Amino acid sequence: MASPSDIREKLRKKRRAFQETLVPTKHDDEQALVASASVSEEAPPATMEQEPQSSHEDPAETLRRSLKAQRQMRKKKLLEESPALRSPAEGVEDISKVAEDEGSTKRTAAGSLTGPKSRGPHQFERFVTRRLEEKLRAARSQGQSLQLQELGEVAVSRLQSLRDRHTLTRFHSEDQDGTFQVPQDISTRVTFQDAARLVGERERPTTVEAYNFFTSNFDPEPEERSESTSKTSVQKKSAESCDDSREEAEEGGEEEHEEHNEEAPLMQDEDGNVFVIQQTSKDFLETTKAEYIGLRALALRRGGLLYTPSSQRVPTSVKLPENVTPRYLEEEGFYVGQRPPVTSTNENILENRMLKMEEGLKWFGDDGRIIALPDPIKESSSRPPLFHVEEDLDPALQTVFKKPMKCGHTHQAYIAGAADCEGDYQLDVDVSGLIFSHHPLFSREHVQGARLAQLYDQYLDRQRNKLAEHLTDKLNGLRNTMRNMLEIHSEQSLSPAMQQRIVEYGVEIKNTRQLRDSEQEKDRALLKSLVKVWKEIKSLREFQKFTNTPYKLCLRRENVDRLTDEQEYEKEVLAEVWELEAEEDVDYQRKLAEYKKQLDQWKTWRRKQKSQKKQKKMKKKKKGQPQEETEEDENDPDANESDGAVDDGPPKPEPPEKLDFDAIEQQVREKASRIRRKPGEAILIPEMSASGKISAADLCPKGEMARREDVAKRCVFIKVLYNDKEVSQTNSRTLNSDFKVHFGQIFNLKIVNCPKSITLQVFEEVASSCSLLAQVYVPVPGSSVVAGSAPMEEFEFSSKQRVMFDHEGVGSDVPLSFVADGSNRVVLLTSGKVSCCVSWGVGEDDLPLAPPVSQILGSVLGGHPEAAAHIGPSGLADMKKIGEWAAQSRLDPNDPRNTSIMQLLKVASSGEVTAADYFRLEQLQEEFNFVSDEDLDRSRRFRLLVLRSQEVPEFRNYKCVPAQEREVTDKVFKEYEKRLKDGEIIDTKEHLDSHRALVAKYLQKIREAVIHRFLLAKHHYLLSDLVVEEEMPSIGGAHLLRGPDRHLRVESERLDYHELWSQWPVKVNDRAEIKNRLTILGLNLFHLAEPKRPLKPQRKERKKVTAQNLSDGDIKLLVNILRAYDIPVRRPPSSKAAQTSQGGMQAGDWLLGQVQVRPFVEVSFQRNVLQTTTADGPNPCWNEELQLPFSAPNGDYSIASLQSLKDEVFINVFDEVLHEIGVTDEEKGKSVHTRLEKHWLGSVKIPFSTIYSQCRIDGTFKVNTPAVLLGYSKERSHGNNGAYDNLRSLCEGAFITLFITIEPQLLPGESIREKLDSQEDEGLLQASERFERLAASEFPGRVCTTTVIDLNGKTVFISRYLRPLNPPQELLDAFPDNPAAAAAQVARFVSLIPSLPDRVSFAAICDLWSTCDQFLTLLAGDEEEHAVLLCNYFLFLGKKAWLIIGNAIPEGCSAYVLTQEESVYYMWNPSSGHYYGQYDTFCPLQAVGCLVSAGNVWLNIQEQVSPMRINFDVSRSHCWKPFFTGSFPHSSLTSVQPEQLVYRRSDRTTAVELQDRIERTLRDKIMSWRPHRPTRWNRHCTTALKHFLPSLELGGGGGRDAGEGHRHELQSMLGDNRISGFPLNMPFSEMAPIVEAVYSTGVHTTHSPNVEFALAVYVHPYPNNVLSVWVYLASLVRP
Amino acid sequence: MAASNPSVFLLSVNGQIEGADFPSYDNLYCKYCYVYGQDWIPTTGLEEGITQITCKGSQASHKLIWNFPLDVTFKSTNPSGWPQLVVSVYGPDVFGNDVVRGYGATHIPITPGQHTRTMAMFVPEPTWRLQKFTSWLMGRRPEYTDPKVVAQGEGREVTRVCSQGFVTVCFSIMMKDLKKLGYDSGPANPQSHAASSWSTEDQSNF
Repeated sequence: MASPSDIREKLRKKRRAFQETLVPTKHDDEQALVASASVSEEAPPATMEQEPQSSHEDPAETLRRSLKAQRQMRKKKLLEESPALRSPAEGVEDISKVAEDEGSTKRTAAGSLTGPKSRGPHQFERFVTRRLEEKLRAARSQGQSLQLQELGEVAVSRLQSLRDRHTLTRFHSEDQDGTFQVPQDISTRVTFQDAARLVGERERPTTVEAYNFFTSNFDPEPEERSESTSKTSVQKKSAESCDDSREEAEEGGEEEHEEHNEEAPLMQDEDGNVFVIQQTSKDFLETTKAEYIGLRALALRRGGLLYTPSSQRVPTSVKLPENVTPRYLEEEGFYVGQRPPVTSTNENILENRMLKMEEGLKWFGDDGRIIALPDPIKESSSRPPLFHVEEDLDPALQTVFKKPMKCGHTHQAYIAGAADCEGDYQLDVDVSGLIFSHHPLFSREHVQGARLAQLYDQYLDRQRNKLAEHLTDKLNGLRNTMRNMLEIHSEQSLSPAMQQRIVEYGVEIKNTRQLRDSEQEKDRALLKSLVKVWKEIKSLREFQKFTNTPYKLCLRRENVDRLTDEQEYEKEVLAEVWELEAEEDVDYQRKLAEYKKQLDQWKTWRRKQKSQKKQKKMKKKKKGQPQEETEEDENDPDANESDGAVDDGPPKPEPPEKLDFDAIEQQVREKASRIRRKPGEAILIPEMSASGKISAADLCPKGEMARREDVAKRCVFIKVLYNDKEVSQTNSRTLNSDFKVHFGQIFNLKIVNCPKSITLQVFEEVASSCSLLAQVYVPVPGSSVVAGSAPMEEFEFSSKQRVMFDHEGVGSDVPLSFVADGSNRVVLLTSGKVSCCVSWGVGEDDLPLAPPVSQILGSVLGGHPEAAAHIGPSGLADMKKIGEWAAQSRLDPNDPRNTSIMQLLKVASSGEVTAADYFRLEQLQEEFNFVSDEDLDRSRRFRLLVLRSQEVPEFRNYKCVPAQEREVTDKVFKEYEKRLKDGEIIDTKEHLDSHRALVAKYLQKIREAVIHRFLLAKHHYLLSDLVVEEEMPSIGGAHLLRGPDRHLRVESERLDYHELWSQWPVKVNDRAEIKNRLTILGLNLFHLAEPKRPLKPQRKERKKVTAQNLSDGDIKLLVNILRAYDIPVRRPPSSKAAQTSQGGMQAGDWLLGQVQVRPFVEVSFQRNVLQTTTADGPNPCWNEELQLPFSAPNGDYSIASLQSLKDEVFINVFDEVLHEIGVTDEEKGKSVHTRLEKHWLGSVKIPFSTIYSQCRIDGTFKVNTPAVLLGYSKERSHGNNGAYDNLRSLCEGAFITLFITIEPQLLPGESIREKLDSQEDEGLLQASERFERLAASEFPGRVCTTTVIDLNGKTVFISRYLRPLNPPQELLDAFPDNPAAAAAQVARFVSLIPSLPDRVSFAAICDLWSTCDQFLTLLAGDEEEHAVLLCNYFLFLGKKAWLIIGNAIPEGCSAYVLTQEESVYYMWNPSSGHYYGQYDTFCPLQAVGCLVSAGNVWLNIQEQVSPMRINFDVSRSHCWKPFFTGSFPHSSLTSVQPEQLVYRRSDRTTAVELQDRIERTLRDKIMSWRPHRPTRWNRHCTTALKHFLPSLELGGGGGRDAGEGHRHELQSMLGDNRISGFPLNMPFSEMAPIVEAVYSTGVHTTHSPNVEFALAVYVHPYPNNVLSVWVYLASLVRP
Repeated sequence: MAASNPSVFLLSVNGQIEGADFPSYDNLYCKYCYVYGQDWIPTTGLEEGITQITCKGSQASHKLIWNFPLDVTFKSTNPSGWPQLVVSVYGPDVFGNDVVRGYGATHIPITPGQHTRTMAMFVPEPTWRLQKFTSWLMGRRPEYTDPKVVAQGEGREVTRVCSQGFVTVCFSIMMKDLKKLGYDSGPANPQSHAASSWSTEDQSNF
């Protein structure tokens, strides 16, 4: 497709050639005519002309044309018939007239043919007649009203246009593929066509038809438009046709051609067709077969619809509006960001596409390129590069898995430390006010006023600086010095230095004078302009007859003494003249000197010349007249002038001009009169005041009033933006007539982000709309600029807004003239100054709340990686370096990225921070301070109150803080301060050595931390803490729980110990539980009818009471002592000596087989002692309840303090021995005096914390009987019931059944299991959680532990604790060939490590597990640590050992060690060192929860939990559920234990030392416990006892036989003394427990008057400071 | 006695628990006790007490009158922990079980003179509906572990309560040495509630 212009050009050429051949003479005119015609008009004739030629070129084209022509012929017929063609005809007529006129004039001018002229009227005639006919017809139609007729006209025209439209589409389709296409809107078309047909057929519509026709629904809008377009097109066409016709006439074309001609534009022009053409029936309905459209045709058709933009480069000219040259912003100095990279092809396609679009040009910028934002992608990556070579990766760079942590703000823009509230930074933005130096609403007077004010400000500034005066003074001073110098040294010749100085002074004076003159000139000019402006204002005011500004300028005259003034003036002038003269003189001299020099030079040259001449002459004259020559020589200077010019030598220098002093004076005077006030003239001092009155509004003309109203409407406010975020805004203040706005608001910005920018936006508010006037960028203050010290700064702003008013307001950006003739225009922009101050706030402690400087800078430059890369991060803080760098790298100051640096540099270079030169007291703060901080700190009462509210232990329950300061004594704090001080000092008195003391301290600290946590937790309440409520699931279920219990009873019928398992933990079916709950209600109702005092009462679950609201005496410890078994019996008096000593009664008893022992139980707790009645026999039954009062330390009944209570309940079993003192009164017959004596047999001690945490202790306990009990033996030997014996043989010792609880039931501290940090694998942790959850859900009540918490508070998988560890070598060496003995020894060693319940030592909330080395270092731990250590030792010894986690009495949840030896399982109690067989009924271990080995954890999934009834074979999958299975294999967990334990050698000397100390202490104690009786010590016995003790230790806890041996030995030694005594053995931790244990035996309570005591202490050292303490205590009673 | 230089101040409280207005309950009695801070010591008088059981009169008035005298004197060194009167009202339910009908607390007025206080009473709600029913059936309504809970703010957020009625108490307060210790408890306003509006007659302003 050739472009139309090309065709046009071709055609034009052809035509021209044609015309030239035809009418060569009219060539010029034609040309002009053609040129004048518009392009569109030209084209059709061209085609017309082309036709004959093209016909043979393109047969298809000609065919088409002929077809068209035929059709148009047909159309034409219709057209002529149609009555509905009036209006276009009219239009055509009118316009053609005009066209005709134009054409005719042209033609006449051209002197052209008249052919068309004759044709035109012919056509007109046809139109006119047709119209007349139609009018006649219209008149004939009667039914049509006038209105309808009018409507008809419109409608017809519409119809035409509509048809036009349809035909149009048809034409198109025909044009394109030559076939008829059925248009989509057939229905409308049909109606139209129907109507048209009707019209055509009947020529005249009936009324009904007309009505139908007119009322049918047509689109009015597009019709109108198309109508008009059609009209215009018709106009055009007619004009064309005229042209055409003329040309045709020239050519002499035929009629047919002409016809075709007329129709041609209709075809060509899209809008041109106004005729109804589809009138044949074929057109209305057409049935054609489905047509195949060829691929090519399809492509062609598509080509019309689709647009494929080319990828050719678009020339810039196309992209810009016409006649616009591209403008490159970059060249003009604007910052243009880097464009994002786009391939040129894509860009070209885009451009092409855009150009096709409507308003496509708006996408192009001034430089002809597509408008694009700068590339947002950073060039350099902000992340350090990753290294892909894995093997070469530096271990420091190895990726490490980190658990996600919660972190407040990680964004780097945040100031470090600001996120957590400690570092709060505050920026105070003080916006004090705003002054407009120009505002659109300024009146002319305001403008002048502003100028005046500005000038006056300048004036004041100058006045203040007094530069001129200073300079004058300086000048005078210099002159004086100079004069003095000259005077003094006038006589002597001046030294060169002096001369030099004088010269310098001269120069100085000259400079100063010039400076002064310029300053004076400026002063004067300023004054003049001030006066001038003021005069202008005055004249303006006069002219406008009102005043708008309050400015008033007064010129104060200060009269001067004319005479002196004149004198001074003269003097000054003279001085200056003199100086000038002197200067000139110097100058002259210098010039003269120069002249002389030059002259000399010239002379020498001259002389040379002369001599040459002379030589020539000499040659001529032959040495004739020598005298003449000399004469000539003398006259030389006069002559040389004339000669010099002749020769080419240096010109003869001009002598400098003589000074013209008069002229100098004249100059000076002129200057003085110009720049100085005339002598005697009064000094004018302008004084501006704003005291003038502004004319009232009603006096002003209308324009001014409007202006003032407008002013009053305006409000101004300022928004404060911080880092481009609006943070605050001032109140909006109305604009005053003086255009000053005062805000006086201070905004305290608490900032988290680094300050990058602080912007003030000035907004103007008119009515409800507000507009941004200007932005003011305020620099971020340096960190030393703090509130109070920072001065107010003024920041200028201006706005480019163009504002014009129709009132007096001068507007902005509008040229303005103050002169009448309008010349001298000025353009004023809205501008002003914001007065504000940005500073850092000051904190309470007078510290500026400013972030450190480096952070500000860092953040400022943070966005500039290049900067950081270039000068290094450290350099960022160095302002100088930044400046250098900025200068070097030629930063684009317009780049928005660089603004921060630029601003920073600007601030750094210009505004030096003003340091505070005054001190302002925080007077308000002072006001609010109650007393000064020092006073507050000093106040003891305040301190007391603070300590109490902090719940410091000493003051937690301090009552009655004194009202007066003076009443608070320092004594109060003594204890507290001592404790604080003691924190560092280690008290070795109470402890064995410093190491133990340290450990004790450490434990103390942990305890305190725990208590503190509990104190905090105390303040969190649960509903149950506050409200007592009947629990829904209640005791009703207890019956069901007892079921298995009974079952057991049947099984172990022979044993009478079934009470043991009353609290058997049983697996409760879920279903059963639900059933329980459902039956509760019924049961509860049933309970109503229960007897009040049942015969067999059952223990009820009591309500739990939180320790919140308790006080002393509220709590009681209930100890229910049921029965005991196997109490040792008194020894039969086997020997004679024994018989005598024990008296006949015993002997009788023995003989009778009756009372062998009369035991009773004494319970002591917190030094309160209660005892049961005395029972008889070795298996007594008491069934008594003892109530012991309980009081908490310091009256503090909080959970924490109760939990950390270290008191123990001692349950001692005594034998009551009745001694017959003998007959005292012989006269009154026999009266026998007896004395009761109690002999200690054994004890059970239960820590209170255990009771507290377990709520109740219920079971049978082994009584700790001493290894040797003098005078007693086990009863067993006398029993002879075989089977019973067998069982019993497994368990030695006495047993006691107890039930202990606290009344009311205290709520133990909830163990809050927190999710703690862990280094374990996440998968492992999840698995363990799953495992534990499963255990909890399927086997409730079964202890299952897979993870524990180590001392660092980290979660550790439990099996990591197990690892073979070496026991001390000494122990192994002791029994090299007896593994069983070695095992026992090891167990004893472990049991000798003092046991401290977790709940006391470590946090109760979480069971802390220490590793074995930690345990051995601390020498304190609970069952778990003991068990782990023992298990590890056993593993080392090659045993098969597991850790049992389960329930035991009395400890509750505990850990035991299981060992397997030849299919026999043993359970070891690690804290006592005892071991139990699997079928030992007295094993304290009651339930097995899980087993732990170094490699796995097994959960007990058997039905039973009792060790007696379960299978310990972990390989059985239906009995034990392993943690690590095939699907979850054991990932080799490294042990947390050390590889090897290192032991310190046992220290004999310390042991001996400790032994002495214990002995001394106990001795003192026993004596002090017997205050009223003398305590005698039997030395013999003591030494004997001392002798026994080591053997007991070596015996591994002592055998029975040893006791016998002792007794015999003692007996033989002490003769007839009655001895009762026993050795006590315990691990050593502290002194206090030993004392307590001794006390509880009650040896000292003996009332016998002649009693003697024996005390021996032996401390056996084991490695690593583990000590076994033996105390042998005996009382000897002499008969 | 160093009267001029006191180290404690005394607070004497006289008055009476006049009565209560519990629209739907009858046969009520009440217990009272004081809650005070650590620096307070009661010097004389009953610290806690229990009133007679009273039932509504046959007249139109629905007031329950106790007119139970209060007389206690505190001494203290510190106004912090100013004593509060805690009142709990009990009465039988339909089954004859003694249940709590309301808890309430008020500070002892801090100015000398006569004051009348009306305490709004409330009881804790059962945690769930079935429990409400059973507690009604069993006569074991939820109670506070300690009536003194109502005088402290800590931990109250865990409870839900239901308002019940009102108890009116009148106080006559006398103080000694409070001002000398530097505390100004403001002007005495003996006129404010000098005349108790309480009477057996039905009054609308209650």
